[in-house]
Amino acid sequence: MNALKNPRILGTLAVLLIIALTPLAFGDENYIMRVITVGLCSAIAVYGMNIILGFTGQLSLAQGGFFGIGAYTVGLLTTDFDWSFWQAFLVGVVGTSAIGYLCGLIALRTKDEYFAIFTMAIGFIIYLTISRWESVTHAHSGVNNVKFPEGGELVDFSNPTAMFYLVFIILLACVYVTYAIRRSSVGRTLLTIRTSEDLADAIGVNVGLSKQLAFAASAFFGGIGGGLYASVVGFIGPDAATVDKTFEFLMFILVGGMGTVAGPLVGTMIVTFLFELFQDFQAYRFIVLGPIIIALVIFAPRGIVGYLGGFIDKRARKRRIGSARKDGSAPTSSSSSADAAGHRGASADTITTTEEKK
Amino acid sequence: MTLFIQQLFNGVALGGVYCLAAIGLTLVFGVLRIPNLAHGSLYMLGAYVTYFFLTTVGVPYVAAIGIAALILFVLGVLLERLVFHPLRNSPHTHHMIAAIGAMFFFQAVAQAIWGADFRRMETPISGSLHILGAEISAQRIVIIVTAVVVLSLLTWFIKRSIHGQTIEAIEQDRTGSALVGINPAMVSMLTLGLSALLVTIAAGLVSPINLLSPTMGDSLNLKVFAIIILGGLGSLPGAIVGSFALAIAETMTSTYISSAVGEAVAFIVLVAVLAIKPTGLFAKAVQR
Repeated sequence: MNALKNPRILGTLAVLLIIALTPLAFGDENYIMRVITVGLCSAIAVYGMNIILGFTGQLSLAQGGFFGIGAYTVGLLTTDFDWSFWQAFLVGVVGTSAIGYLCGLIALRTKDEYFAIFTMAIGFIIYLTISRWESVTHAHSGVNNVKFPEGGELVDFSNPTAMFYLVFIILLACVYVTYAIRRSSVGRTLLTIRTSEDLADAIGVNVGLSKQLAFAASAFFGGIGGGLYASVVGFIGPDAATVDKTFEFLMFILVGGMGTVAGPLVGTMIVTFLFELFQDFQAYRFIVLGPIIIALVIFAPRGIVGYLGGFIDKRARKRRIGSARKDGSAPTSSSSSADAAGHRGASADTITTTEEKK
Repeated sequence: MTLFIQQLFNGVALGGVYCLAAIGLTLVFGVLRIPNLAHGSLYMLGAYVTYFFLTTVGVPYVAAIGIAALILFVLGVLLERLVFHPLRNSPHTHHMIAAIGAMFFFQAVAQAIWGADFRRMETPISGSLHILGAEISAQRIVIIVTAVVVLSLLTWFIKRSIHGQTIEAIEQDRTGSALVGINPAMVSMLTLGLSALLVTIAAGLVSPINLLSPTMGDSLNLKVFAIIILGGLGSLPGAIVGSFALAIAETMTSTYISSAVGEAVAFIVLVAVLAIKPTGLFAKAVQR
């Protein structure tokens, strides 16, 4: 079990375990369970953002819109059309990914700031459509009584704990997918694009297609998060699709750490907790949180998980040098250092690339 | 026909407001290479500060706008110094995220001071003129005239005055300008201050027509971004043409089709244009 010796994986597993055990602590308090479950739904959408922003380095501001499409598809199909949740969910996720792919076809013709603002415009068009197309989306009266998933005889998903575990299991899948992408050549390809698009292009990476797929994947996760959110909350309004929602996701990923496996989850949970703490000051919370965001990007752009990762790498490096000295062999022995580099490769490149000047 | 002329005037007046907002934003992009997402909240703050001096303190309308513009100029300088300056070497995503933080902060502050309810600024200039049978409110004429005057002054400032020319120099070549003794940090502060000043004038002009609320900057923010993207980031003529074109398109579609389409038209045009020409209509060769 070599993987268990890696502190990063251990840390991620510990976070997941803590979250998995929360129902033991708060199982009776429905409100807290709902808040945590909604947090997990957001985390899934934030994992989507992690792929396009964290790995590929493209600031997509349409994520709130995709979240809204997922939520409204599930919401409208299960109420007005009386579909089962699972059918609606499937359609919602596939639909969101398809819309995401189509948007990407145009959006990815643009670069950098153009891309960010263009995707923001896409998000805003989605929001306008939802909040103004009254005959279909009920505009500001929203969608009420979204169905819970059908559990057959086995589970009753109207129970907050059951719903929590459903969302949690789907989140686990997202975390695993992120982890798998990170380790695979796909992940390396995306990281290369983040470091330098021209360089990636020069070494033979199909930049266009990779970005296209990353964007569709981010929409896919957005759709999943949105669809689950609709069912967890039971009521959705146009608020679910605002550009502010995107900004919220952005804060989550920033606090947790872009391009890391555990970052989106950690960030979402911490900021959700902060939001709840400032609940009474709803409107004023940004007097405190606004400067915190600014301070974070200035002083800690790597986020919590990014920092812990950097710390782990530093210690590992020290230990390696130390043990090499003890063995009496010079640390230049090519096989061991190449091996170490290979091991660290995946983790170290996040750090080097985030520190990269543009 | 009367309705058409009336809406044309409304469109031009709205275009003047967009133009003052868009020029500042595009200047900031040209100099700092930052899409300042907090621009809309500077507009909102500008409106509230004008409101404060006009209603609470009781100074005349023009003086209220002037004082507000100066205050916002200082705020813009501070924003550059405290937020964007430390991030000058970061990847471009970080500026945008910091700007979003600033935007939320300004909105929360405005809401803490003035509350979330809509407020109305009394129209200091009442009355209307009849032109070709259409009734044009005096406030809109004031907007159009002021916009033209301010734009001419700005053009003179950038093309003729020494401080303005440094802005253009930095836009063209940052390293080269630094070599000949222009201080990029000073120019950055000047530019952000200037953009805050311009957007405050826009806000002060349009506030008597619209209502004030802490979120009033949001839709303007998005529209102005659509405008400068459409015109090509950093391009002044692009911003001017884009402002008037989109404002007229907006008022016309609102009148003849529906207000929802009117609100969305800026973005529909944006999507259509970028699908064909991803760098905007008037893109200059932007150094990277």
